[in-house]
Amino acid sequence: MSTTSMDLEKIQQGRSLWQDALSRLMQNHLAVFGLCVVILLILVAIFADVIAPYSYQEQNLVLGASPPSSDHWLGTDTLGRDLFTRILYGSRVSLMVGVLATSVALTIGVTWGMISGYLGGRVDMLMMRIVDILYALPFTIFIILLMVVFGRNIYLLFFAIGAVEWLTMARIVRSQVMSIRNQEYIDAVISMGLLRIKIIARHILPNIMGPIIVYTTLTIPGVILLESFLSFLGLGIQPPMSSWGSLISNGVETMEEYPWLLIYPALTLSITLFSLNFLGDGLRDAIDPRSAKD
Amino acid sequence: MSLLNVENLSVSFNTREGKTEAVKNASFSLQRGETLGIVGESGSGKSVLCYSLLGLLPMPPASIDSGKALLDGEDLLMCNKKALRHIRGNRISMIFQDPMTSLNPYLTIRTQLTETLRLHKGFSKKAALMKAIASLEEVGIADPEKRINSYPHELSGGMRQRVMIAMSLLTEPEILIADEPTTALDVTIQAQILRLIKRLQNDHNVGLIFISHDLGVIAGIADDVMVMEKGDIVETGTAENIYYQTQHPYTKKLLCSIPITGKPLSHQYSLETNAQPLLKLEGLKTYFHDNHVFMTKKQDVIKAVDDVSIEIYPGETLGLVGESGSGKSTIGRSIINLVNITQGKIMFNDKEISTHGNEETNISRRQIQMVFQDPYSSLNPRMTVFDTLAEAISLRVKLNREEMISEVVKLMEDVGLNADQIRKYPHEFSGGQRQRIAIARALALRPRLIIADEPVSALDVTIQAQILDLLLKIIKKYHLTMLFISHDLSVVRYISDRVAVMQKGKIVETGDTEDLFSNPQHPYTRSLLSAIPIPDPRKERQRQIDTSIT
Repeated sequence: MSTTSMDLEKIQQGRSLWQDALSRLMQNHLAVFGLCVVILLILVAIFADVIAPYSYQEQNLVLGASPPSSDHWLGTDTLGRDLFTRILYGSRVSLMVGVLATSVALTIGVTWGMISGYLGGRVDMLMMRIVDILYALPFTIFIILLMVVFGRNIYLLFFAIGAVEWLTMARIVRSQVMSIRNQEYIDAVISMGLLRIKIIARHILPNIMGPIIVYTTLTIPGVILLESFLSFLGLGIQPPMSSWGSLISNGVETMEEYPWLLIYPALTLSITLFSLNFLGDGLRDAIDPRSAKD
Repeated sequence: MSLLNVENLSVSFNTREGKTEAVKNASFSLQRGETLGIVGESGSGKSVLCYSLLGLLPMPPASIDSGKALLDGEDLLMCNKKALRHIRGNRISMIFQDPMTSLNPYLTIRTQLTETLRLHKGFSKKAALMKAIASLEEVGIADPEKRINSYPHELSGGMRQRVMIAMSLLTEPEILIADEPTTALDVTIQAQILRLIKRLQNDHNVGLIFISHDLGVIAGIADDVMVMEKGDIVETGTAENIYYQTQHPYTKKLLCSIPITGKPLSHQYSLETNAQPLLKLEGLKTYFHDNHVFMTKKQDVIKAVDDVSIEIYPGETLGLVGESGSGKSTIGRSIINLVNITQGKIMFNDKEISTHGNEETNISRRQIQMVFQDPYSSLNPRMTVFDTLAEAISLRVKLNREEMISEVVKLMEDVGLNADQIRKYPHEFSGGQRQRIAIARALALRPRLIIADEPVSALDVTIQAQILDLLLKIIKKYHLTMLFISHDLSVVRYISDRVAVMQKGKIVETGDTEDLFSNPQHPYTRSLLSAIPIPDPRKERQRQIDTSIT
């Protein structure tokens, strides 16, 4: 045997796909920037009541809508409420929608698409027709029905959004699984007699992570805006609570007179969106060993 | 003065990893009516060289660093896009490797043929059609008036390549560049297409540049041969010089790597008289249905494997030969249960393993392992060599981490890989090394039978030889039995003790390798054998004359 003990030691240190991914992620400056912004946003959301200079619901009708100043950094809205404070509090609802609704979509969509794509045949046919039927249901009616049956509840809203968003995820995952399924390495492990659950967890899932991550980072801003649409219909959160989505849709109404009411919430959402995309792209590259530069 | 004169042409690619010189200082010339063969392995720059002449390289990342390419005194490399487009259609034509991707699937042959003529030559609709039909007739397509209205998918691979050739000659070019035009075709079709190209080249008096990795093909067609290695032209000369008075060591290596017909077998296996077959197929049928879930009417049935009975004895290597679509791969996949069989029995070691199964059949199945064709898709790109092999080993026996590492290292050494590569991912290896990993993975389960499905078809010829020798070595070392599936008769002859020839789902002939090759009984076997190109220009040319008479 030509291997020396030193070699063996080096070999034993090992590296797993995930450790490699982390170190590659850390080399990607944009992704690290994205990650920092996302962490910052989460911290801000958690400590909103500590940071916020004013109360989010206290009105000051005498002041009314005022442009950014040293007292109110981002100005005030038509009811004289501090915009910076409202964005801070809004991040709680928006980030929660983003994270919870997306995780619901992710869980159902990935599971559904994986089963459908892996088994194929009649099972696939049946599962995909169910997806088609759900696609055809009008989204708002679906949510109104849920609200009528279960009463208005913010968590139900998260679930409802997730329950709609998973459809596209399921389709993406299914098509990815089907293409990986045809690779010879899957044939190889099937013929070795590896358990199906292990084939999926070790051979299929890691190879479809890229598209899943990218689609997830696109879904998060999507559901944040969806929440504002529902709030606008009176199905989501209610004033004086704020969310980025509702701040933006209010801002649009008074865009010409008080542009800052649109600009700052929209800017916040854009920065979040960019950071998520940077992070998503970084993650996608990081888990692909082929992108290593060594 | 020659038709095309290339002087000191250098092409490089600028990528993130730095600058790669794809072609270094290439110079050659081509006369009318002459054939220049360019030989090289993948990555040798042979295609890049020709693509750069036609401005078909994506720039960037490619850039032409120096050199001239004079076509009748006009420098192709200095032409603007419009002039180049005119030259591409009219004076230089190309035939590509895969006729399916180079013909537009949404247009009929007629549209695609007449379009060129009307665009470049200003033909009227009727004249263009007449000329197109005539050209189809010239390339040997029967019933051209009817065929011209077909779509590409309605034609076979060989027919499509004929159409491509017809298309490339429509505008009466002076130079024809053929980039591996027969690589995607079966060997019998390849022989027909090669004869056709040769004949048309004579009739039209064009200069032909023929790119191929196959020295046998080049031997039959080229007057002059240019051998390329990693962007360098290592040897140029007449075909006779290159093949009979080989100078450069690389050319010698290429010629030696070809499993030449008639090479003595080093491992001749003698059958024990009373041996029980290790694997026995009895009347195996595997049919595929064109499955529509809601269709109740009669389904189309493809009889991929139709009543095949084979016996493989312990320690022997059975070669299974056939052209594409003959069902040879389906047999392999049926044995390891990747496809469901329709009828028949698969007996392994006297136990039936075709039925769905209990624990015992699963254990039997693990004793049969497969090595796949494409080393790029047969390894999980997200798993290191260690993970891939450890996974396979852990299916056989539970080991702690240290034992596992030494077991993996042992396997890697068996297949000639260095132990310090244990933590690398598949993309960090070359094709041949990847195939070694795939072989190691098959060995990890300590199988008794290995099914090798075209294991060397995707590899360069020098690598092919190494992998074949590796297979022979491990078979000897571990007393394995092998079913070797391939379309390549010379490879099969090199490695097999016995050979079975398959055609359209049936075995047409079985026999000991030397008997079968020296004295083929079935006409199909004979036509297969006579179609193998051999790297000997004189014999190849003589044979082409012989076959074109008959």
